[in-house]
Amino acid sequence: MLNIKNLHVQLEDEDKQILKGVDLTVEAGKVHAIMGPNGSGKSTLSYVLSGKGGYEVTDGSATLDGESLLELEAEERAAAGLFLAFQYPVEIPGVGNMTFLRTAVNAQRKARGEDEMSAAEFLKEVRATAKSLKIDADMLKRPVNVGFSGGEKKRNEILQMAMLSPKMCILDETDSGLDVDAMKLVAEGVNALRDENRGFLVITHYQRLLDHIKPDVVHIMANGRIIKSGGPELALEVENNGYADILAEVE
Amino acid sequence: MAALDQTQVKEGIDQETVDTVREVGGAYKYGWETEIEMEYAPKGLSPDIVRLISEKNEEPEWMTEWRLQAYERWLTKEEPNWAMVDYPEIDFQDQYYYARPKSMEVKPKSLDEVDPKLLETYKKLGIPLKEQMILAGVEGAEDAPAEGRKVAVDAVFDSVSVGTTFQAELKAAGVIFCSISEAIREHPELVKKYLGTVVPVSDNFYATLNSAVFSDGSFVYVPPGVRCPMELSTYFRINAENTGQFERTLIIADKGSYVSYLEGCTAPARDIAQLHAAVVEIIVEEDAEVKYSTVQNWYPGDENGKGGIYNFVTKRADCRGDRSKIMWTQVETGSAVTWKYPSCILRGNESQGEFYSIAIANNYQQADTGTKMVHLGKNTKSRIVSKGISAGHAQNTYRGLVSMHPKAKNARNYTQCDSLLIGNKCGAHTVPYIEVKNNSARVEHEATTSKVDDEQLFYCRSRGMDEEEAVALVVNGFCKDVLQALPMEFAMEAQQLVAISLEGSVG
Repeated sequence: MLNIKNLHVQLEDEDKQILKGVDLTVEAGKVHAIMGPNGSGKSTLSYVLSGKGGYEVTDGSATLDGESLLELEAEERAAAGLFLAFQYPVEIPGVGNMTFLRTAVNAQRKARGEDEMSAAEFLKEVRATAKSLKIDADMLKRPVNVGFSGGEKKRNEILQMAMLSPKMCILDETDSGLDVDAMKLVAEGVNALRDENRGFLVITHYQRLLDHIKPDVVHIMANGRIIKSGGPELALEVENNGYADILAEVE
Repeated sequence: MAALDQTQVKEGIDQETVDTVREVGGAYKYGWETEIEMEYAPKGLSPDIVRLISEKNEEPEWMTEWRLQAYERWLTKEEPNWAMVDYPEIDFQDQYYYARPKSMEVKPKSLDEVDPKLLETYKKLGIPLKEQMILAGVEGAEDAPAEGRKVAVDAVFDSVSVGTTFQAELKAAGVIFCSISEAIREHPELVKKYLGTVVPVSDNFYATLNSAVFSDGSFVYVPPGVRCPMELSTYFRINAENTGQFERTLIIADKGSYVSYLEGCTAPARDIAQLHAAVVEIIVEEDAEVKYSTVQNWYPGDENGKGGIYNFVTKRADCRGDRSKIMWTQVETGSAVTWKYPSCILRGNESQGEFYSIAIANNYQQADTGTKMVHLGKNTKSRIVSKGISAGHAQNTYRGLVSMHPKAKNARNYTQCDSLLIGNKCGAHTVPYIEVKNNSARVEHEATTSKVDDEQLFYCRSRGMDEEEAVALVVNGFCKDVLQALPMEFAMEAQQLVAISLEGSVG
């Protein structure tokens, strides 16, 4: 599904290398987690994959189901089935959450040559999905992320994910700024979307999110590379001992 | 449940916006020219030209005199230069002041006799078929079955009003809606009583020019206690080259009446700038209410700032009666240069003025626009919501006056001016003037300036929208307060315009 090979990335306007040869494969139906200390390049990886500006790929490749992502515009990557749940979801004043979602859903459908969803059809589906994610109908009418609590913002990301039904989901520190209850709700939402055709890449600082979203594989990232991969037990090891031991071990 | 159904309708609109943007795909939508044989008066301005215009409109002597006096005044006036706009000097002797389609000389008897080019024009402007027939002056067209919602339309093509629809139905309600030239002939007592009483002949350079040479425009009179049974709408279109369009609109809402008036404007794309200097006067009597909405998308010039309309307009409403209300809503996306300040004279006690504005300037457009709220009566209230959007190399200025006179006890004003910048070569300016001459008045002013930031665009794009869809969405969100103040059909058109006029503004 998602194949990243030898990915080297630097900042566009300064000569600073951030990713220094990332290799990673996420198979359909699997949940991979990436953990690592601050500044290791985790968020950069998610931005580069989803097409944010400001980065320059100097070497390597990234493909989704064989299709190269790096040449595509951000919206083309979305239409190809890639989704990024933002660490800091962006506010768009005056634009209703429902309008935003419908515009997004139909933009992707159009890009893929599919029929657009009618207003009635969309409304029915978004209401049902919101309900299953325990999202208040009121939140659908409010402007996108404006005045949302931390928990609401992250649940809104999961709602978008559910409506857009991507093949490959990247969650960038979705647990940041959430209390335990909010995190549980978000994790439930993600778990409901797990199926054999969908891959997940969960980026997190802390093991606690992985108590709720059980990963198949855990990677440790440091200094722009993945330095160690293993099963869920790797996350526990980090939780108990910090990154120091693993970093020392690699060096 | 009702609330949710409403949401559904709004969803539909948004989608339509996006579709239209895709279809239109970039260029100015109304930039075509209709090849119709035109009858011109000679270029330039003189007492003879003024007399000719008056004669062509079959005006009585008093009107000709009125115009000639305005012409004399105009000669003594100077072009204003205080606005933040910059354009080459206009040679007022190098303009045509009168042009009309030749086919209008004799009224056609059936659709076959109508110049098909004129019909094509109406079609392109999106005017429904029945209205097209009526506008083309086809006899009996009024009796043809109408499709959909009723909107009475008056169309002004270059200098001449080419027809007004739904006359009979309006007449039954007692509403007069016709071209101003017809009103001068048929209702001289009303025109004499009100014309020039809100915008005096000598008000300003362009208004004085307009008073001398206005060739047509619309006239509305709503009698006491009548709620106008349909929305009234005027389409203005400049077609002929080197022609100034000087329309004059006079709206009178008598005691306790209500009317909603819509105005739309287009012009073909041309290399040479064209002049448009209109005057709109509105009189609102006791307990009456007028809503005046404008969607102005005159040709803005090309992406290098060549051509376009110079839009120098004087619009003013006089709330004469107690508890009278005026609401101006404008969506200004067109014109190379805009100079326009729809104003409210709040003379009656407890009268109310509202001004909602979206002004978009892209490429090399310059807009200097705002409003004046002049509080004269007790307990008068005004509200200003202005949304300025600048992109490309454009300059966008909000210029507004709030004036609280000594007798305006307990008058209130609330002003909100928001500016949105797209890119880093454009400018936004806010110039609020506030005069308060009594202690009980209260004036509130809020202003913000923001940028469409890359984070917002990336967020939208990461969800599958392309860049232009993303900008349209963000900007429409920014304008929401004003879009909501427009009548439904206009709101749709305005949303589309917002999107279209900002194409190519990023990236």
